[in-house]
This record gives sequence, C-alpha cells and structure tokens, in this order.
Amino acid sequence: MIIFQVNGKERRVDVSPDTPLLWVLRENLGLSGSKFGCGEGLCGACTVHIDGIPERSCVTPVGDVQGKKVVTIEGIPENHPVKKAWLVQEVSQCGYCQPGQIMSAVALLKKKPKPNDADIDSAMSGNLCRCGTYGRIRRAIHAAGGNAAVKGGDKS
Amino acid sequence: MSEVTRMSRRQFMKTSALAGGGLLLACHLPFGILDAAATGEAGFAPNAFLRIGPDESVTVIVNKSEMGQGVYTSLPMLLAEELCCDWKRVTFQASPVAPEYNHTQFGPIMVTGGSTSVRSEWERLSLAGAAAREMLVAAAAQEWNVDPGSCRAKNGNVFGPGGKQLSFGKLAAKAAKMRLPKNPQLKSGAKILLGKPLHRLDSPTKINGTAVFGIDVTAPGMLTAVITRPPVFGGKVKSFDAVKALAVPGVKQVVAVDAGVAVVADGFWPAQKGRELLEIVWDEGEGATVSTPAMREEYARLSATPGMVARKDGDAAAVLSQAKQRFEVEYEVPYLAHATMEPLNCFVDLKQESCQVRTGSQFQTVDRNAAARVVGLKPEQVILETTFLGGGFGRRACTGSDFVIEASQVAKAVRQPVKVIRSREDDMRAGYYRPMWYDRIAACLDDKGMPLAWHHRIVGQSIIAGTPFESGMVKGGIDDTSVEGAANTPYAIPNLQVELHSPRNPVPVLWWRSVGHSHTAFVMESFLDELAHAAGKDPYQYRRKLLAKHPRTLKVLETAAKKAGWGKPLPAGHGMGIAVHESFGSFIAQVAQVSLDAKGNIKVHRVVCAVDCGRIVNPDTIKAQMESGITFGLSAALYGAITLKNGRVEQGNFDTYPLVRMQSMPPVEVHIIASSEPPGGVGEPGVPPIAPAVANALFAATGARLRSLPMTADKIKSALNKG
Ligand code: FES
Ligand code: FES
Repeated sequence: MIIFQVNGKERRVDVSPDTPLLWVLRENLGLSGSKFGCGEGLCGACTVHIDGIPERSCVTPVGDVQGKKVVTIEGIPENHPVKKAWLVQEVSQCGYCQPGQIMSAVALLKKKPKPNDADIDSAMSGNLCRCGTYGRIRRAIHAAGGNAAVKGGDKS
Repeated sequence: MSEVTRMSRRQFMKTSALAGGGLLLACHLPFGILDAAATGEAGFAPNAFLRIGPDESVTVIVNKSEMGQGVYTSLPMLLAEELCCDWKRVTFQASPVAPEYNHTQFGPIMVTGGSTSVRSEWERLSLAGAAAREMLVAAAAQEWNVDPGSCRAKNGNVFGPGGKQLSFGKLAAKAAKMRLPKNPQLKSGAKILLGKPLHRLDSPTKINGTAVFGIDVTAPGMLTAVITRPPVFGGKVKSFDAVKALAVPGVKQVVAVDAGVAVVADGFWPAQKGRELLEIVWDEGEGATVSTPAMREEYARLSATPGMVARKDGDAAAVLSQAKQRFEVEYEVPYLAHATMEPLNCFVDLKQESCQVRTGSQFQTVDRNAAARVVGLKPEQVILETTFLGGGFGRRACTGSDFVIEASQVAKAVRQPVKVIRSREDDMRAGYYRPMWYDRIAACLDDKGMPLAWHHRIVGQSIIAGTPFESGMVKGGIDDTSVEGAANTPYAIPNLQVELHSPRNPVPVLWWRSVGHSHTAFVMESFLDELAHAAGKDPYQYRRKLLAKHPRTLKVLETAAKKAGWGKPLPAGHGMGIAVHESFGSFIAQVAQVSLDAKGNIKVHRVVCAVDCGRIVNPDTIKAQMESGITFGLSAALYGAITLKNGRVEQGNFDTYPLVRMQSMPPVEVHIIASSEPPGGVGEPGVPPIAPAVANALFAATGARLRSLPMTADKIKSALNKG
C-alpha cells in the first residue's frame, strides 16, 4: 500500500511500486488532467508538483512518492493568476500540453515571481508544445508575474 | 436515412429531457451548398447545427474536429452572427456521425481537413443561423399578432413594436413549430461577432484538465492495451509466446491482431510491462530491405529520367538545351512524423448489436465504417464519438484508419470495453509519414536575369495511390498533392515544365500539415532565391517582378518585407530571408532573421508573417494558427527526419525526433491583410513558407545554401566548406 497526498487529500493505492505516478493519477485516481506524451521525461505533458517541485510523473515510480505531497493540474485553483493569464493570452490550441505547461509555470512563479525571459527559457524548456504556443506561454507567464513588459505584442 | 432520423431524434430527446422543451433546428436547407459537385445526400441532407433551450442556452453542434485550430469557437461564431443571439450563452457540442454533418465539398463523408472548416461551413452555418432567427422572429410576431417585418432579433431577444420584447429561450418552443423559411435572408450591415478576437469557448476546459481527449476516455470495466508491431513495414507475426507476459500482474490477455500482438491489461503500465516480456517471431518480408539512403539513390536515379508531365508551358527542355548558362540543383526532404502531442489511441466498446468508438478522429465516417467492417456490424450500428484531439495535423485522418481498426480488432477479441494506447515509440514508428521527396531542377535566365526556363522533376510516393481515394484524387497518373505548390506556381516563367515520379514502397505515407506544399514551397522558394542571387538581384524585388499579375501574393510579400524592415542593416552575422506561398486558398509571406550560434546551429531571431486569408471570422485564431504553423514548420526545417535502416525506423521519441522548444522559438509577428475575398484556410498555410524563409536567411547570413532538410549544423558546415 502506497500512501501519499494528492491535491491535499490522502490517497492510498495498492499497485506495484514501479508504476509511474502518471498512470496511478490517471487510471487509479481518475485524475486525467496530467497527460502522457512520451513516457521518458522528454515532453513535460505529465508535469506535477512533488513537495512543491515540478517533476515528470511519467518517470516517477509511485513508490517514490510515499508520504509526499503531490499537486496536479486539478489542484490548481480556478482563480490562480497563471490560469487567468492563460485565458487572457488565449494560450491553448489543442490543449494537450497545457496542464503540464501550467504546472511548470506555476512552479516557476512560486520560485521567482517576476521571471525574465532567460528564467522562462530554462523553466519551460522541458515542456513541448507541438501546436506552437510558446510565444503566448511566455506572455502569459510575464503577465501572471505582473511583469509590465507584456502588454500585447510579442517579446522582442 | 434511418440513421439521420434516429440521430436527430436522439439529439432532440436529449434536449427535451435536459431542458424541458426547446428548439432543435433540423432544417432542410436545399440551398446551402457551395459546391455543385457535392450532390446527393451530402448536398440535400437536413442540417442540425443548433439547439436553443428555454433556459436561453444556445448550443451549436460542430461537425469539425477540434484539434487546436479553434473550430469550437469559429464555427459557432458564424452561426451566432446570423442568429443574433447573446454570445455569452453560446456553447458547443461535437456532432455525431451522420450525413447531415458531411463535408460540403469533399463528398459524403464527415472529415476535418484541407484547412476547410471555416470556408466550407461559412454559408451553411450562416444560413442555419439566419433561418433560426427568422423562425424566432415569426414566433414572436405571432405571439404579439404583429407583422414579422416590424420585429427584429438582437442579442438573444426579439423586439417588437411598442417596446415588446421576448427572449429566445421563451420563444424556443413556439419557434420550433414555425415553418422553415425557404429562403432565409442573411443580415445586412455591420458584423457583431465576425472579425472580432473573441475568446475561445474551449479554453477553460483545456487549462483545468477537464477536456476529454481520446486518451482520457474511460468506462466501467475498461481494459487498456498496447500493441507490439512488426519491426519493419509489412512484417507479420509468425509465432509468439505470451507465457511470461501473461504472468505480469494485471495482464489479462494477449491477442494477435493484424497490426501485431496486443497485450491487454487492467492499465497501461502492466500492459507495457507485459509487452516487454513477449517473445515474438516475425516474418519481416521485403520491408527489411528498406533503407532511406538506398531509397534516396533510387529517387536520384529516377529524377534523371522523364516523369509524368504535370505542367507544361512553352518548351523548357528546348530552351535549356540552348542556354549559355544552366543552373542545375537537387533538393531533398525526408520522411516526417506528425508527432501529435497526444499519441494515437482509440476506445472501443463492442456489444452484440452495437459498438461504441470514442476517439480523436478527423475522418469520422471513414473510421466508423472501418470499425463496422472489423466488428461485423452495419455502419449505423457503430456510434463514433469525437473527443478533443491532442493535435491532428492530418494524422488523425488516416486513409487506412489504422488506429481505429487495430482497436476494433482488439475489442472483437476481448469483448470488453478496451482502449488501445500507443506509446510515443509506437506512434512514431508505425508509419504514415509525410513522404520523402527528391527534386531535380534545371533553369536558365533571360538577358535581364529573370527565369526563362524551369524544368522540375519531383520524385516521391503518392499519399493517395493505393487508397480508396485513388480513383477520385489521382488524375491522369498525377496525384495533385504531390505537385501542388510547384505545378501551379504563380511565378511568371515562360518555359515551365513540372514532372512527377511516384515510386511505391512499403513505407505508409499520409497528408502532413500542408501536404505537398510542405515540400514544394521549400524547393520553389529556395531555388528562386538562388536564381535571384545568381542574377545579382535582391530576392524580394526579384519576386515582386515575377508576381506582378498576382496582387494578393504581391501584397503579402510587400507587407512582410515592409514590416520586417527588409533591406535595413542587421547585426553582424545576421541574415534575412523571405518566402511567399499560396496554399488552401490563402496567401502567406514570411521573413525570417537568423544567425549561427556558437555550435554552428541556426538561431532564428524573429519571424514576420503576413497573411491574406480573405474574409475572416476570428483574427486571434488566425494569428494563433500562423504562430502554430511557423513552429510546426520550424521543427521540420531545423530538426525533423524519419530515417530507416534495414526497414527499422531509427527515431522513437523526442530525443531522436526533436521539436522546437521554448528557448528555440523566435518571436513571431503576424499581420493580417484586410480583405473581402472569399475565406481561405488557416490551419495549414502558415507552414510552407518558413523552411525556405529560414534557408534563404541562412544564405544571406553565411553564404551557405542548404538544399536538404533538416538544416543541421553538419550540413551547414559542409556547405560552408564547399564555399
Ligand atoms: S510524458 Fe512525462 S515527460 Fe513526456
Ligand atoms: S496546445 Fe497542442 S501541444 Fe500544446
């Protein structure tokens, strides 16, 4: 039995401890907001927070999160500044990568409330978006961080 | 037809049950057809695109798959504009598969593709909205006993003489009894919604994790399967031993299907663990001999021989034979994977007399019929539900319905609800690529340095040959998707010949975002640039001259150049390249500014894009699609290649098939040309110009001319060494 916290609630799962956290969230706990994109830690679609740190849940065996606190996209409040900025900047296209992008962005802003472009590059470099929403993600992060430099237009 | 009735009734009953009576607009629109070729059911079938509930809800039923391009907003906008409803009340719903939702131009199938959603539905949805508005107005007029001409609809209400007012919701039940207008009139005057950057209706569900993609589908008792496929295309299972796989806790069954061997388990992870323990003996067949270097040699050989003629103006061969100076080049581009962010997957629940398929499909009728054939039911016994698509790019409109067929076969074997999920490696190695292409061109210039003759041979697989669509789409041996963008070049070249070879081989190929244009734009726009430089002319001015008779192409070219500051001094080591291309009814020019980084890789600093896509629905969607196409095309220009060795695909995941990431994505500026021309597509046309714009910029920056994609540091180095 593996016991850990997900979005503030204690969860117990009886699965093989080598099962990636991603599949436990999606299949055992019904939290399908975290996505499967590569299974190798290469795309970031599965990003969740483990004790506050953004991690790739597809390569995190659930046995490793015993006793830890996991936060998924479902645990980010609707009025979170990052989500609001995502809507204002109209970031989403197909939307598949966005839960992972948002989880990375939330973690970045917690660590660095007013990130510069280089901070964004390094915090977001693990999150692929096949639809090409990078420019809008960058703007949304600046906006959520209250960075005045965003106001419309692309960064240049 | 029985299905139409059934679906409509089902929809209607759903409405009634939910909302206690409402207006379902299932109107016969004998006029709403753009294309006379779409005859029969496609043309004259009833439409069912709108529901208005007594609670004032306005639900637009969308017959196009949402895969990022925003159809759940742009199509409702078209209908809502004419309906004059309150936009805040509008929601969307994916349509079922039924003839009334068939494509208005592509024959009797429901399909999302060819960048046609807005342009093919514009008229039909506008008329559906107008007809509903007239019925609501008629209902109100009857209620008040006044002339309908004295009433008008606005913002979800009908207003009558003397300050009378009734909301659409209140009128819904009565409106449902009104006669269908034979000839609904479109509004005149200023547009309320069209042309405005309205927010997407589907965004909220996409940022909180509630949007249901195919991979998220679940059902009581559902099993999950993965399939191990042959290591080479065309391979078959000879025998397999599943004992060890079956010993993995959670693995339920191991079954052979046409695609390979399926491990069925109570979750993805046990299925994956099970597959690793499978022992399979393959019959690899001919596929094992396929290697891309050998294929390239064969293509090169073919390119030296005459092909089928796709365009002939003047006599290019004769003019070239007399030319003092000939420019002869070969261009090549590799196979490419679509690599949708959501790997392919499909849920199938097969019962005795019915079957439910839930998946992200762009090709609903074809996929549904394929599932029906596999499970031995009639098409109308199969209900296909379209989920959100985690990217499509053409891959989910598969001529072979591969991901639906394999899941249907597994479902037939296990007789339990089952979802087949492809790992990223499965997804990348299972084929249906953008074809590999090899082009040979010879050209010569007139005494003013302008192109006088251009003789172009294209070699590559047809994506249509050998599919059920061959008879309709391959004309006189020419698959138009192989030569589009080259055979119809707008450039004024007096002697132009385009020829085609369509060799066959076991690698499955498919349309890939922008289809033939993804290759021809690179070749045309790069080689034209070469000719401009050879003539000692500015590549932008050179194009302007050749496009004098093409005002829309010219305008985007000039806009992009002007906005980018073409000709102004750049930082040392930087270069600017320009490219322009028409596709899917839209005209796009792009300017890229690049330099080389310390490792010799291309760094793109900035992209400026000008687009004329005719009349527009939502400018922000257009911008987003340009940004998207540019990113997609940039991944192909800089990194993308699927290669085969001994029949095996050498790439498998994003380490070997890299995509543009945050730090490599340049800022993109999009300029939309105001236009009253018929609407063009936007999902695909942003892709073609970026590769040549970058290649031309690379030449401007460094003098290296790359005629092969992707543009890697190695290729740049060797081009520089050659001088
Ligand atoms: S699915 Fe975890 S990083 Fe891609
Ligand atoms: S929005 Fe489609 S992959 Fe990012």
